[in-house]
Amino acid sequence: MLSRVANCLYWMSRCIERAENTARIVDTNLQLLLDIRNLDDSTLAEHWMPIVQSTGDDAEFLEKYPRATGQAVTDFLVFDTENPNSIVSSIAQARENARMVRDQITSDLWEELNRLYLWMRGPDARYMWQQSPTDFFTQIKNTSLLLLGLIYATFVHNEGWQFMQVGKFLERADKITRILDVRHKTFPEKGAPVTITQSDALEWSAILRSCSAWDAYKAAYGAEVRPEWAVELLLFNEEFPRSVRFCIEKLNDALHAISGVPARRYSNDAEKLCGRLLAELEYGSLDEVLAHGLHGYLDLLQFKFNEVGEALFNAYIFQPFLNLEDEILVQQEMQQQQ
Amino acid sequence: MAGAATRPHYRKMRDAFESLTVPEFSARSQAVDLAFMRQGITFNVYGDAQGTERIFPFDMLPRIIPAKEWDHIEAGLKQRITALNLFLHDIYHEQRIVKDGVIPPYYILSGKHFRREFAGFNVPKDIYIHICGTDLIRDADGNYLVLEDNGRCPSGVSYVLENRRAMKRTFPGMFESIGVRPVEHYPQELLKMLQYIAPAGVAEPTVVLLTPGAYNSAYFEHTYLARQMGIEIVEGRDLVVRDSRVFMRTTKGQRPVHVIYRRLDDDFLDPTVFRRDSQLGVPGLINAYRSGNVSLANSIGTGIADDKVMYYFVPRMIKYYLDQEPILPNVPTYLASEDADKKYIVENLDKLVVKAANESGGYGMLMGPRASQKERDDFKTAILADPRNYIAQPMISLSTHPTRQDDGTFEGRHIDLRPFALYGEKITIVPGGLTRVALRKGSLVVNSSQGGGSKDTWVLYGDE
Repeated sequence: MLSRVANCLYWMSRCIERAENTARIVDTNLQLLLDIRNLDDSTLAEHWMPIVQSTGDDAEFLEKYPRATGQAVTDFLVFDTENPNSIVSSIAQARENARMVRDQITSDLWEELNRLYLWMRGPDARYMWQQSPTDFFTQIKNTSLLLLGLIYATFVHNEGWQFMQVGKFLERADKITRILDVRHKTFPEKGAPVTITQSDALEWSAILRSCSAWDAYKAAYGAEVRPEWAVELLLFNEEFPRSVRFCIEKLNDALHAISGVPARRYSNDAEKLCGRLLAELEYGSLDEVLAHGLHGYLDLLQFKFNEVGEALFNAYIFQPFLNLEDEILVQQEMQQQQ
Repeated sequence: MAGAATRPHYRKMRDAFESLTVPEFSARSQAVDLAFMRQGITFNVYGDAQGTERIFPFDMLPRIIPAKEWDHIEAGLKQRITALNLFLHDIYHEQRIVKDGVIPPYYILSGKHFRREFAGFNVPKDIYIHICGTDLIRDADGNYLVLEDNGRCPSGVSYVLENRRAMKRTFPGMFESIGVRPVEHYPQELLKMLQYIAPAGVAEPTVVLLTPGAYNSAYFEHTYLARQMGIEIVEGRDLVVRDSRVFMRTTKGQRPVHVIYRRLDDDFLDPTVFRRDSQLGVPGLINAYRSGNVSLANSIGTGIADDKVMYYFVPRMIKYYLDQEPILPNVPTYLASEDADKKYIVENLDKLVVKAANESGGYGMLMGPRASQKERDDFKTAILADPRNYIAQPMISLSTHPTRQDDGTFEGRHIDLRPFALYGEKITIVPGGLTRVALRKGSLVVNSSQGGGSKDTWVLYGDE
């Protein structure tokens, strides 16, 4: 398949996943604030600033808004078209990528994505957002899940589909670490939290809910919320579809499906780096994370995701292009030699 | 709807539609618009910073052509595309038509799109215009006349296919009982033609569609056709030329390409040969084409046949190459570069339509009777400064067709017809074509960029 097409499918899928995860994280924080009493400006900023940091756009945010109020942060993350990672921008990018490869995707998928885009840009979305933010975020999440379902159920599971898998799982793994990082302050620099306050418990159950992990957590650990167990679930669980390990395993599968190289072998750096990362997650443990310090460990994971992404780009998407001027010269030389 | 005056071939349709109330009709019409918007069947409006996409407005009342009329149109179009191809072969080779004094050499040599670099070059299978979208109008007496030949990259065929799909979804029962000829096979015919022109010796040619990209106004059509044909849609940057062969960049390395259905004008194809500032083309493509390793549809250099001055000579071409009378006549045309005509044109600007020789899409045009004195004066200056670049035609009263208004009533609006001819092993014309309609009352401009809409075109198996 064309490299450009693979690239578009990868980003389309990634941006859909990004919009969904941003919706999850903002929604959860809004709901969490309902449980907290005596909110003043600084408490509010303490709650909202980490959310902005989780998207990695804190510098851009602070340029535009003096303080991290709920209004400012949600504006920035939801409807701000100047923020490239806002929900509206992510959906627009997903749709733009889809449009470039309109011939490669099913009509069902395109129409649903286009509908979401038109809705986000029209007055209905803002109206719903003002009436009930939760309904609004549910709408985004549901549409994203519908899109994932359409991709799964209406697409031929061919090379292009695998590139969409890669985009989805890489983005999801990355976002899980960022969501965990939102509350890394619960943890001391190294080791597990010593005491857990009621608000810690509330915050960490919000984290679990934003990853749709609350039920999985209760089934595995019971009703008591301990931050380190939540970390364990979201990093290492083998079967939970929003754990980092699960995502990396699927990512690894997709990479091998693309190259046709059997598992446990590799034909390019992306497969090698991904295979090594998977082994680390398969054989890693919570104790290691705590010994390393949560924040540092998450940073390291994000760095490794980026490495895989870059290696993937080099292996499949990027083939040494000459720039246009150079290419013109090359062609003229070749023509003169004839 | 029109009562007593309904022509016989409209009767069945009228009976079927008459059972609908106005609100029902409106509801179905809105459902179709919504479906088009959702499916992204839109075009981009140039010069609009917001990148606005609009649907091409669709009028649900179909235009109907009886078998007898269609046979006449089809024969006329085949005759015309045959003559145009013979003409293009001739002017890029022996130039007999010039030597025999039928067309003055000046007009060809001064043609903006005449590619003298391709003199003597043999195009694959000797076909120049593979896809032709000729614009036809009906005059007050009901005769079909040719308004212009679009022999470069005519667009609009996707609307033919999508309009039909929308009509079938909305009125499923109607087609069989009325006896409407299908159009759905266009993509297969197009692919067959593209495979036919592949370079010699390539058993299973790889065909691609070359698009300027997602921001082109016809991008929807490009992806639509590529998908229907099951071929790759590529941009210039997806292709690379090595050793005079064209390859596309894929995730598995470079793969050879044999036939390119290009939706890019000559000027942008190859920055090493034509416009150097073109970011859309492929460096080296023309060299690969000249070496016979890749075929292009349409061929390079067909733009000269789109020149509105050349249009004037098409009836003579038909006579000269085929020794036949034109089946579909031209609209009477005056050439500003002929002294007598020029005098007539500038003295009668208030009665004439003036067109620039190499513009399309309704741009560069003066509708004399409706223009202001200043507009007419501006055109007069322009014509006198560069007569070669202008032609004039009397204002033809385009035929009208009942068309739905915003308030749910129906009124006559001006229409034209663009059938699409494919020239491969033989000439194929999908029955009907794109009927464009000027939605503004009294307007004669049907272009999508200027307030035009479209209708489904039904060619009947019979005459009623």
